[in-house]
Order: sequence, then C-alpha cells, then structure tokens
Amino acid sequence: MAEDATTLLKTADGRPLKAALATAQARSRRRAFLLVLPLLAFVLLTFLIPIGYMLKRSFEHDGFSANAPALVQWFAENPGFDPANPPEAAFAALVQDLAKMQADKTTGMVGTRINYTVPGTISLFKSGARAAKDLAPPYKEALLAEDAKWGQPALWRGMYDASSTYTGDFYQVAVDRKLTDDGWARGGDKERIYVYLFVKTFLVSALITVICLLLAFPVSHLLATLPMAKSSLLMILVLLPFWTSLLVRTTAWIALLQEQGVVNNMLVALGLVSDGNRLSMMYNMTGTIVAMTHVLLPFMILPLYSVMRVIPPSYARAARSLGATSWTTFRRVYLPQTLPGIAAGSLLVFILAVGYYITPALVGGADGQLISNLVSFHMTKSNWSLAAALAALLLVAILVLYWVYDRLVGIDRLKFG
Amino acid sequence: MAVETRSDAYVAFEHVQKSYDGVTLVVKDLNLNIAKGEFLTMLGPSGSGKTTCLMMLAGFETATHGEIRLDGAPINSVPPHKRGIGMVFQNYALFPHMTVGENLAFPLEVRGLGKSEREAKIKRALDMVQMGAFANRRPAQLSGGQQQRIALARALVFDPALVLMDEPLGALDKQLREHMQFEIKHLHESLGITVVYVTHDQGEALTMSDRVAVFNDGRIQQLAPPADLYERPENSFVAQFIGENNKLPGTIEELSGDKALVRLATGELIDATPVNIKEKGQKTLVSIRPERVEFKPEMMPAGAHTLDAEVVEVIYMGDILRAVLKVAGTEDFVMKMRNTLGQTRLVPGQKIKVGWHPQDARALDP
Repeated sequence: MAEDATTLLKTADGRPLKAALATAQARSRRRAFLLVLPLLAFVLLTFLIPIGYMLKRSFEHDGFSANAPALVQWFAENPGFDPANPPEAAFAALVQDLAKMQADKTTGMVGTRINYTVPGTISLFKSGARAAKDLAPPYKEALLAEDAKWGQPALWRGMYDASSTYTGDFYQVAVDRKLTDDGWARGGDKERIYVYLFVKTFLVSALITVICLLLAFPVSHLLATLPMAKSSLLMILVLLPFWTSLLVRTTAWIALLQEQGVVNNMLVALGLVSDGNRLSMMYNMTGTIVAMTHVLLPFMILPLYSVMRVIPPSYARAARSLGATSWTTFRRVYLPQTLPGIAAGSLLVFILAVGYYITPALVGGADGQLISNLVSFHMTKSNWSLAAALAALLLVAILVLYWVYDRLVGIDRLKFG
Repeated sequence: MAVETRSDAYVAFEHVQKSYDGVTLVVKDLNLNIAKGEFLTMLGPSGSGKTTCLMMLAGFETATHGEIRLDGAPINSVPPHKRGIGMVFQNYALFPHMTVGENLAFPLEVRGLGKSEREAKIKRALDMVQMGAFANRRPAQLSGGQQQRIALARALVFDPALVLMDEPLGALDKQLREHMQFEIKHLHESLGITVVYVTHDQGEALTMSDRVAVFNDGRIQQLAPPADLYERPENSFVAQFIGENNKLPGTIEELSGDKALVRLATGELIDATPVNIKEKGQKTLVSIRPERVEFKPEMMPAGAHTLDAEVVEVIYMGDILRAVLKVAGTEDFVMKMRNTLGQTRLVPGQKIKVGWHPQDARALDP
C-alpha cells in the first residue's frame, strides 16, 4: 500500500513525481558528468586500458598457435593423443610447420613460446626448422633421428598447450609449477623462486607496515596535540621526504648505510665495531627495509594524524576521571578510536610496499629483491606474459586482502585524511 | 577575602594560584570551602578562571601554588584516576566505540568489580536517569538530552561522593536544559552527593545552587546563596553580571549608617544603601533592579526622592511589561511591571516620576 502511494505521487500539473524529479536533476547531472569527463578519459586511457592489456597478455600468446597451423589443426582433431608416443600424422604436421616457420622466419617466436614451459627448446626448433625441408617420410623416424628431443612427452604437452592462443601456462610458471614428461607438477624446492618471493614480499611488507605503525603512532599523536605553529613545522618535516626525489633519498641511504658509509664509520670510530667487522646494512634485506620504511612512513602518519586530530582530549580526561590509569586509558579509549587510521595507514603502506620496485632494485642487492623486481626482470627479458601473470597474481592477492579487510574492519571505516 | 580554615570543609582551596605561561595568573589566590552535600556553582564569563579551578580539582591541571584538599587530605599530587571524583563534561565525552552499557561498565571494570555487581550498579544508574532501555545503544544513536543523561549516569555509577560538572547543559535547547536542571538538582538531593558545577548561565546557577561563586578576573567576586547574590550584590561586577540592572553614576552626598544620599552626575539626588562605600564624596555606581523601580507614588516609601522620566518604548513580554525610560541623562533605564489586571499601560512619550525603596538601590564601587 505504502509503495503504491509513493509511485502514484504526482506534481501539481499531474506529471508523475519521479519523472519531474528526473527532469529537474538531469541538467545538473549532465554538468557534473562533463566535469569529470576529462578525468574519466585520462583514467581510461592511462590506467584501465594498459592494465587490461597487460592482464590479457598474462593468458594470451599466439607465438605458437599463429605459426604452426598444421599442428594446431591436428591437435584440435586429436585432443586425446598420447604425448609419450605421438603418431606419424602428428610428426608430419610438425615437419610441415617447421618448414613453414623456416620460410616465414618465425622459428624464434615459436621456439620462445615453447621455451617458456619447456626450457632449451629454442635451439631445437631452429635446427629442426633448418632440417625440415630435407626430411622424407616416415617423418617420425626422420625427425627423431635428427634430434631425439623431439620425442619428449613434455615437448608435445607444451606444444599442445600452446596450440591455443589462450593459456594458463604463465600462471602455472608463476606459481612454480613445471611442465614435466607427466604433465604439470610442483617444482623442486630449490626451483620454487616465485612462491618464495611472493611469501617474502608479503612478509617484508608486513614487517615494514608494523615498523611504520610503531614509528608513526607517536609522531601522529604529537602532530595532533601540539599547538598549531609547532605542529605545522613538524608536518613540514614529515612531508619533506615527499618533496625530495626518490632517487636522492635512496642514494642518501646508500651513503649512510654502506660498508664505508657514515654509520659504519661512526661505529668504528666509537669502537663499537671493529674495522674488519663492518655491518653490512646496504645491498641486502636490511637496506630494503630501512629505505622502504623511510619512504612509506608519511603514508602511515597522514591517515593516523587525520583520525587523531578529531579525537577530543575530553575522552582521555573522562576515562581518567572514571578511574582508569593512563595505560588503560590508552588501551581501551584512545587506541580503539584510532583504529580506522591504523587500518587505513596499514592498508596503504602494505599495498604500496608489496608493489614497491625502485628502492629494492637500488639498495636490495641480491637478497633484498621483491616480487616486483622479478616482474621488471621478465619485462626487460621480453617475457611480458610471465611478468603480467606475476603482476596479476599480486593484484589478486591484494584484492583478496582488501576483501578480508572489508569483512573484518569495514571499508566505510577507512580514513585516508 | 579572609581565609577560614574549616576542618569540616569537604573540598578546600587554599591560596590556590594557577598560571599557564609564567607571566599572567589565571587564578589569583583562590580560597574556597565546599561543605559535604553542597551544590556549589562556579559562575563567570569565559576566561574568568572557573573551568581552570574545576580542572585543578579534577586533577587535569596542577595548581601553580597553594593547596587543594579533598575530605581533609591534600590531593595536589594525587593523579586524576585515584581521586574518585565523578565528572560530567560539556560535550558528554561518551566513548563512541562502546555501547551505553559498556560506557557505564568502564569505571566499574577498572575498579575490578565482578560482573553481577557491575550489572546491578549499571541498571540502578540507568534507571536513575530513566534510560534503562538504552543499555545496548551506541552514544551516536542517542539524542543530545539522552547522551547527557548517560554521561550523568556514568559519572554517578561508581558512587563518587563528589561530582564535577563542566557546563553539562550547554549544548541542549532551552526547554530540555530547564528540565535537566531540575533532574540534576533532584539527583543531588536524593543521593546526597557534593556537586561542583561550572556554568556561564546565571539562570542555571541561580535555580540549581546552594551557593554560587561568581568568578571574574581569576578571583571570586562574591560567594553567596542565589537570593543574596541577586538582591545584595557586593560589587558592581556581580550586580551587572547577575540579572538585569540599572546603573546610575554619582557621588556620595550624605552617608549615615545604612543610608546614603547620592548626587547623580546630572544633579538630582537619590536614596541608596551603601554597600562598599567608605566615605562622603566618594564616586559610586548605584544599582537598581528593573522590577524594583516604581512609578506609582503609593508604592514608594514616604519622602522618597523621585526622578523625572520619559517613556521611550514599552515592550509587551507576556508576563511582564518592560519599559525603557529616559532618566537622568541615560536612555536605557529599564522598568519592569507585572502584567496584572488593571495595570497602567504607559505609552511612549509619557512623562512619569520613578522612585524606589532605599534598600533596593545599592551604592557600589564605580
């Protein structure tokens, strides 16, 4: 009944109220949309499209499928073939494609694609393609005589997987699974570099988040409670790193922490450390953690400060007057009220740390590399698909974290300043 | 002000001084004794030092000099949480992340009370302010008046003997404020607690208090029950601060015991009662309440001096009529008349004569 009444409401001249309201608001909506249009276009062109393209690369590669038509067709017709012992027809299609690759000069592209899952196949494809035009049936024996590697079950599985443009192969590699003669399997412990790096990245990011929180909390409290003039000055000091080039800041840390650096020299001069035992604080994980904590600290301070600034001091006074010690007051009254700031700051710092690239690259050495350094490594090695798969996994992990956070704390309680 | 060191005083300020910057004194030599069970209000304009005094008593500010005693024991160095004083704050200061019940449980938990005892006390405190059904609400879900009641219940739940209130009704609308004044007064009487109440609202101070301490410039200007404060202000600050007041400047012409004759600046003579006047020829400010000004000769004492007055305007205020008069050179002399049946209705421009009982005109310091 109540709903009927609302739908039936009409303006004085008999038009439905909803229609009249929509007309009245249409103009201002159009204006609002036009105002955000430039930003929308910018975000679309520079953010959403590149990321979408990159994500597409993580499961799409036509290096093999576009250049081996005969084999692609044979795989499509015989999906249930035995990789350990492919029939003559399969080899005939392979030889036909190898000859075509040699003519089209696409051997490298095909070899590279298969090489992602079956290492050492680029040269195999190159020599095979060169020999293809001279081979005579039966092709199976001829090709195996050329190189016994053509009989590897892993190779045939790899080619079968690659015959489709769309593939999950890169994700398999990104989580350290290897294509063996029996199919995809968990890699050996020593070869599990990606999972190890993912875990390490998340642990290091968590550690940096905790250090940032411990350092930022008192500073933010000070910022929020000091008189205006002093807190402005302190705020400038907090923001100073933002105004300095990242490269300069990182280099400054190198100058301070390296073995012949300021800190070590001082320690040696004070006799705390002998000259032979200088601490190595640079080009390892320590360097990464110190420099990243410094870079990310403002991202913790600002949300904390914005939350603390609006907590009236009367809450603490009330708690004290009610009989609570200063510690109980902090734990039960002040701290719970700063939780939205802690959550926002931690989320911000953690997400930034997980994807951080430049600082570990500069000061991390071999030990202090994080997953984004590997993404960058594969980008420069032209293995864009694997880089994209690693980045996509990182993105998924962060989205999951965000979801968990929303469940536990609630995204509406987030305050960024 | 003479210091009387009364051993029976429940709260005592002795020569208390407070400075924040080491240059100026916010509280200058405060001496104040508060009896057990008393409702004492600290009234004064902002910056007069009243809130600072309350904060020193609560323990949030330290006295720069002097001693504060609670129940005979000095508390200058006792931290706030060990003083056992209940406090109601201006903005209520209810913990927003706790429910009403948890807010009330807080002082009991930090005192280590058991669950059943806590619940009994919480229920009693909530019932006391008629908020028994709200234990599971969050403060943000309550109206201002309801939050005020919860703040009151929280300050009382641990049975403190002394409760401090820092302008607790400042944020409420007029009607609710008046209702809460009555309730706080009622709670004070039924619980027998000592209340120190800070406000800048004189109406609130007069209705609720046993005694009012009027603060100005870091000093208590007058400490007296409400009626004395209103009817017998001891200096011109109190006379002006409490209620509406007519001021006539002049010089003492004659001084004999409790009677004085004052020559106004414009030459007329008026009757007055000397208050803090010492000698003839002294400058003075005569203060007369608007409702004590008479214009009918039969209402004035025989032989009273009168002044010529011209009605400037008459404002109809319902229960009273407020006339603004031109008297002795001033154009803001106010006279209030009860709106009784047959009351003379003055019209602007009308010429009348005004006078008063000598004891209603108080000759104060200029």
